[in-house]
Amino acid sequence: MTRLFHVARREVRRLASHPIYWFCMLAAPLLCLVFFLTLMGSGLPTNLPLGLVDDDGSTTSRQLARNLDAFQQSDIVAQFPTVSEARKAMQRGEIYGFYYIPEGTSRKALRQEQATVSFYMNYSYLIAGSLVFRDMKTMSELASGAAVQQVMLARGATEAQAMALLQPIVVDTHPISNPWLNYSVYLSNTLLPGVLMLFITMVTVYSIGIEVKEGTAREWLATGGFSLTQSLVGKLLPQTVAFVLLWGLVDVVLYAWLRFPCLCGLPVMLGVSALGVVAAQGLGVFMFAALPTLRLGLSFASLWGVISFSISGMSFPVMAMHPILQGLCNLFPLRHYFLLYVNFALNGYGAADIWPNLVGLAAFALLPLAVGWHLKRTLLTVKYIP
Amino acid sequence: MNVLKRYFAYLRQASHDLGWICWRELRLTVRDQGVLIFFLLVPLAYPLVYAFIYTNEVVRDVPVAVVDDSRTSRSRLYVRHLDASPDVHVAAWCADMDEARQMMRRREAYGIVYLPENFNDELVRGRQACVKVFCDMSGLLYYKALLAANTYVSLDMNADIKMNYQPGLTEEQEKILTQPIAYEEVSLYNPQNGFAAFLIPAVLVLVIHQTLLLGIGLSAGTAREHNSYAELVPVNRHFNGLLRIVFGKGLAYLLVYVPVAVYVLGVVPRLFRLNHLGAPATLGAFAVPFLLATIFFAMTVSVAMRRRETCILLIVFTSVPLLFISGVSWPRSAVPTFWQAVSYLFPSTFGINGYIRINSMGATLPQVSFEWYGLWAQAVFYFLTTCVFYRAQIIASRRRLIAHYKAMKAAHTPFGDMQRDERTHSPSQP
Repeated sequence: MTRLFHVARREVRRLASHPIYWFCMLAAPLLCLVFFLTLMGSGLPTNLPLGLVDDDGSTTSRQLARNLDAFQQSDIVAQFPTVSEARKAMQRGEIYGFYYIPEGTSRKALRQEQATVSFYMNYSYLIAGSLVFRDMKTMSELASGAAVQQVMLARGATEAQAMALLQPIVVDTHPISNPWLNYSVYLSNTLLPGVLMLFITMVTVYSIGIEVKEGTAREWLATGGFSLTQSLVGKLLPQTVAFVLLWGLVDVVLYAWLRFPCLCGLPVMLGVSALGVVAAQGLGVFMFAALPTLRLGLSFASLWGVISFSISGMSFPVMAMHPILQGLCNLFPLRHYFLLYVNFALNGYGAADIWPNLVGLAAFALLPLAVGWHLKRTLLTVKYIP
Repeated sequence: MNVLKRYFAYLRQASHDLGWICWRELRLTVRDQGVLIFFLLVPLAYPLVYAFIYTNEVVRDVPVAVVDDSRTSRSRLYVRHLDASPDVHVAAWCADMDEARQMMRRREAYGIVYLPENFNDELVRGRQACVKVFCDMSGLLYYKALLAANTYVSLDMNADIKMNYQPGLTEEQEKILTQPIAYEEVSLYNPQNGFAAFLIPAVLVLVIHQTLLLGIGLSAGTAREHNSYAELVPVNRHFNGLLRIVFGKGLAYLLVYVPVAVYVLGVVPRLFRLNHLGAPATLGAFAVPFLLATIFFAMTVSVAMRRRETCILLIVFTSVPLLFISGVSWPRSAVPTFWQAVSYLFPSTFGINGYIRINSMGATLPQVSFEWYGLWAQAVFYFLTTCVFYRAQIIASRRRLIAHYKAMKAAHTPFGDMQRDERTHSPSQP
């Protein structure tokens, strides 16, 4: 136990004396925390720029444009003489979509003929495109509805009767736990843990690899009495504590301060976060044992960490990926963390159906057991080749 | 005449040095396994990995649980329509909400569609009926799929119901009654609303940006480690003249990255049948300032790298914030002003926006002029900062050498072991 303590004390000194650790274990994660939370502070983007091509030029068409402008997410910033002018403005990136009212729209409406309007949105920017699509589609439905409603009311129908004719079946959507469709809730809750896991894995690999590189690995093991368990645990324990505190801070900011949905209560998420820390550390140890040079181990850790953002299924669902990837995604701790977060915090379910992912994270934490012997031999024999 | 001759001699020497420095950097790059990973392996493999992840573009057949308390032919018709829609798949008909919730918990369904007991009754009475849709919010695409499918099914059925209310209309009258103003929706530049077509172009630019930063940082760190005084610029006969050093190194990286950029920006979109509307000439004209700006930006940043591996720790995590700050995912108009200002520091911002517009939207060079000039401005600015930092490095290392030399000279005889040092030429010209 004293040996473990000695190794830990040695590690604390190392961590405190190298600025790179301060950067990776405090400055950069906090920077990311501030960045993502302020970037998406509004939750849902508002006033996305739209264009209007009004060839009709009637009061009806102007009314339509005003109504569209009044939608929260859309903002008509410019009017264009032709569709191709509007398309060029889209290519210049000035607008995310435009609404086209062809000539004769109001005339046709008056004559009781069917008029057709159209709207264009740029799906190269998927989120912006979807949001302006929603507004423009709603607007079109409303325009149509307003016309029918007027006819119905004129024929002597009551308001309720008119509505029933307008829209007999109403769809009432309930987005569970995120009724505001807040993008920050949707993204920050997984992006920030992803960044943290990336740093945890990289710091684990770096702190072990640098011992080999600087030729201090033997001294490190000697401090731990040549017991790999004591040396490794002693070395990683201070980092575990630091990262658990850091991740805990992130949790507190997200769930207690900003009140993001956390149906399971903060303590459970703190527990899951702590499990996430040791899982990422376990993966780091495994990666260094697999590629026992600092640069290769670190490259491995970084490439793995970056892919995990995509393969965790936080943005593009895993069920839509290739079956091979559906299996491979289990090799990324962020995937398990994401499912645990969704299960516990977002949906408030119990552990009954999510235990495989708890086991998954725990398995990552236990990975060093599988490579311990190999790692020790590497640490004692391999010499750094620049 | 004499002046001209001297000038030519100077130019010849300069270009010779430049070539030598460039060649040396290229040789070092090829020999360095770590740099090769970032310069070749990652640009080669990462686009393939991402294209593989997003290859299906959209989510189809999101499983939902249906609770049909109405149990009428019309409610069953609704569910059949729903099941037939491409986005949603009815995974189970549940007896009650509890059972449906169980399915959600086991992730066998990502939403519940609830048809209330009075669904048909209300419609027959000529009143509004309500379908409740509950949706798992772990992914916005599930929500989108459920919302879209239900909206389309309800609009479709509404049209039929409306006609039933008004018997004896002509077909034209029915059309006008159900929808006096019809509309067409056109999704431009990404007709299937796919994820790959949206994200991969940005990832491609980011791959070039990040690998250049990592590779150049790595080689700068290596240069310091190999140098006994941890200096970035070695003292050497050819490393003479600031412009030669900066241009020579920059040229080496450019030579490596021209084929890489052709592959990543030009070939990959064709390989995976993503949008490639951009004219090759436009793409080329845009890629040049992007590569230059990124190379000089990376060289500026690399001055801070003391060790080989630090750059991985310092740079890799920036990929995600850079993607978001560029405005490809979170709309640029919603990025706070402060972060917009910060984003102009990085060539990736201009690069991603310009490349998406050229490649995915077929923009011409004048249409991306803001980004194009921005990249040139960055290229010039970061070239100057690189020069300033390199100059500071060179002066510092010369000072140290002179001090060291003087100390040795004071301690030993004039013909001590410092003689073989390459300091014999004049240190005056920086």
